[in-house]
Amino acid sequence: MRALAGLALAVALAFLIVPVAALFLRVPPGDLIAALGSGVFRDALVVSLKTSAIAHLAVLVVGTPAAYVLARRRFLGRGLVLTVIELPLVLPPAVAGIALLAAFGRYQLLGGTLSALGISVGFTQLAVILAVAFVESPFYLRGAVAAFEAVDGTLVDAARTLGAPPARVFFRVALPLAAGGLGAASALALARGLGEFGATIIFAGSLQGVTQTLPLAIYAQFEQDFDLALAIGALFVLLGAVLLLFLKLVPGWTRSSSSSPFRFAPSRSS
Amino acid sequence: MDALELELTVPLRSFALELALAAGAETVALVGPSGAGKTTLLRAVAGLVRPARGRIACGGRVWFDGAGGVDLRVEERSVGFVFQEYALFPHLNVERNVAFGGARDGILARLGIAHLAKARPADLSGGERQRVALARALARGPEVLLLDEPMAALDPHTRGSVRAELHQLLRELELPVLLVTHDFEDACSLAERVGVLVDGRLLQLATPDELLAAPADAFVASFAGGNVLRGHVRGLTPDGALTEVTLADGTLVYSTDRRAAGEVALVVYPWAVSVAREAPADSALNHVRGEIGSLVTIGNRVRARVGPLTAEVTVASVERLGLRAGDRVVASFKATATRLL
Repeated sequence: MRALAGLALAVALAFLIVPVAALFLRVPPGDLIAALGSGVFRDALVVSLKTSAIAHLAVLVVGTPAAYVLARRRFLGRGLVLTVIELPLVLPPAVAGIALLAAFGRYQLLGGTLSALGISVGFTQLAVILAVAFVESPFYLRGAVAAFEAVDGTLVDAARTLGAPPARVFFRVALPLAAGGLGAASALALARGLGEFGATIIFAGSLQGVTQTLPLAIYAQFEQDFDLALAIGALFVLLGAVLLLFLKLVPGWTRSSSSSPFRFAPSRSS
Repeated sequence: MDALELELTVPLRSFALELALAAGAETVALVGPSGAGKTTLLRAVAGLVRPARGRIACGGRVWFDGAGGVDLRVEERSVGFVFQEYALFPHLNVERNVAFGGARDGILARLGIAHLAKARPADLSGGERQRVALARALARGPEVLLLDEPMAALDPHTRGSVRAELHQLLRELELPVLLVTHDFEDACSLAERVGVLVDGRLLQLATPDELLAAPADAFVASFAGGNVLRGHVRGLTPDGALTEVTLADGTLVYSTDRRAAGEVALVVYPWAVSVAREAPADSALNHVRGEIGSLVTIGNRVRARVGPLTAEVTVASVERLGLRAGDRVVASFKATATRLL
């Protein structure tokens, strides 16, 4: 039994490691550095960083207070709200893309209203930002709700009895105490957002320098310049490794005995 | 005018907390078993729980009035709340914890924790945490202090000294203090008045001495540590001075409390019961024979279980008589030491 389990672990590890190793074996370090100089890569990097940063900031600013309310308050329909939040997790990215198009496209649900305001969404960087925010927000919200739920309610009560108005309770007590879980959820969401492909290519297209993010650049390059595509892939692996290391090394961030930073504790529903 | 007046109803799971209470600048302890509604009462005063009806006023200001539609928010009520496990903010040091609700010069020094200003709550002992929690609650100059089981989180060996310090502090405060505890001894040693709260109702509210001398019912008596023996009245002695009570096992005992007939609960405190090998020829009229069920030494006193009675005797007398668990003995008490309820 133990030998079988050991074998299963070895197979799983090999399956995960071999493709990643192949990526680096195919790309000589010199080519990797050369790829950094190519226009396609630079444009894609700028688009990716810009759209991810804006989308992520929006998710944090809106998602953090929303998660706090969901964690603290018990109200009718809370379970439904928590389920709706998770919907993008189970949607295929292509469906997310087509749904965004149906909502924000020029002649679609909200498209008319937006174009009357002079805002055009489809196939712009705004579309990339919307697509990234749409797919990454449930990753952040789930983790953030769990992080706030883990904050001892008595401490919140104590802050209130000390005369702290709600905003002070949030910023001085709940936020610092949930920081570890929020950081983990934030990093996970950021990684998901940076890797976003399906929804973006349908909703925003793949215009170099405008909507072509790094994953889209890989897709665009793999027929023309396979080595460049591989090089971008290798850079992604390094970026992911840095994110994971960051999560595991920041002390206090993974306080529980679990060594995985991605603790998706089930939310208590009312 | 009393500094704190409250009269409220809060529905709980299987009963309602229903109580009226007024307190001046004094410590009132509410004591009762777990789940009696003690913590709920404190939370209602602080505004953390909303009563179904009633009125809470403090320092001449109405905090809650169900009929009048007044319900001040928690942060608008001037309370100092010391939570059961103290609820210190783990991410802030002592100084910042205390300053969270307002700064008051010298509060750290007054509570003897100035040297701990930079320490984190996780590094403090139970007694130190209690003092930090008190300092934090008092730093904003509250009009009422609420203490939820202030002694429960302490080690047994520090309880005594912490209790003495807390008693001293509460006496100096000149604030209404509402304290809840499940420990009758803590309640009596900390408060001027003690209320016994059971299933949401106040059975009796009196000074500790009054509670012991005249418990309102059998529950209060047993909660206060008294022996409660069930029996029925056989009648008065011919001279009319004593009531004869037949206990469940048939033993006849006498009480100076007079009662003509009916079922009664006879109360006698452990420190009024003596234990001997043979019935002593002294003024004790009442003798209950039985085996010693257990002997538990607490300090220089020994609590001996004899039949239905608990007796508290000195270590010296146990040693003199060579008492062991299982020995047949006589537990004796005077008719004047009993109370009929």
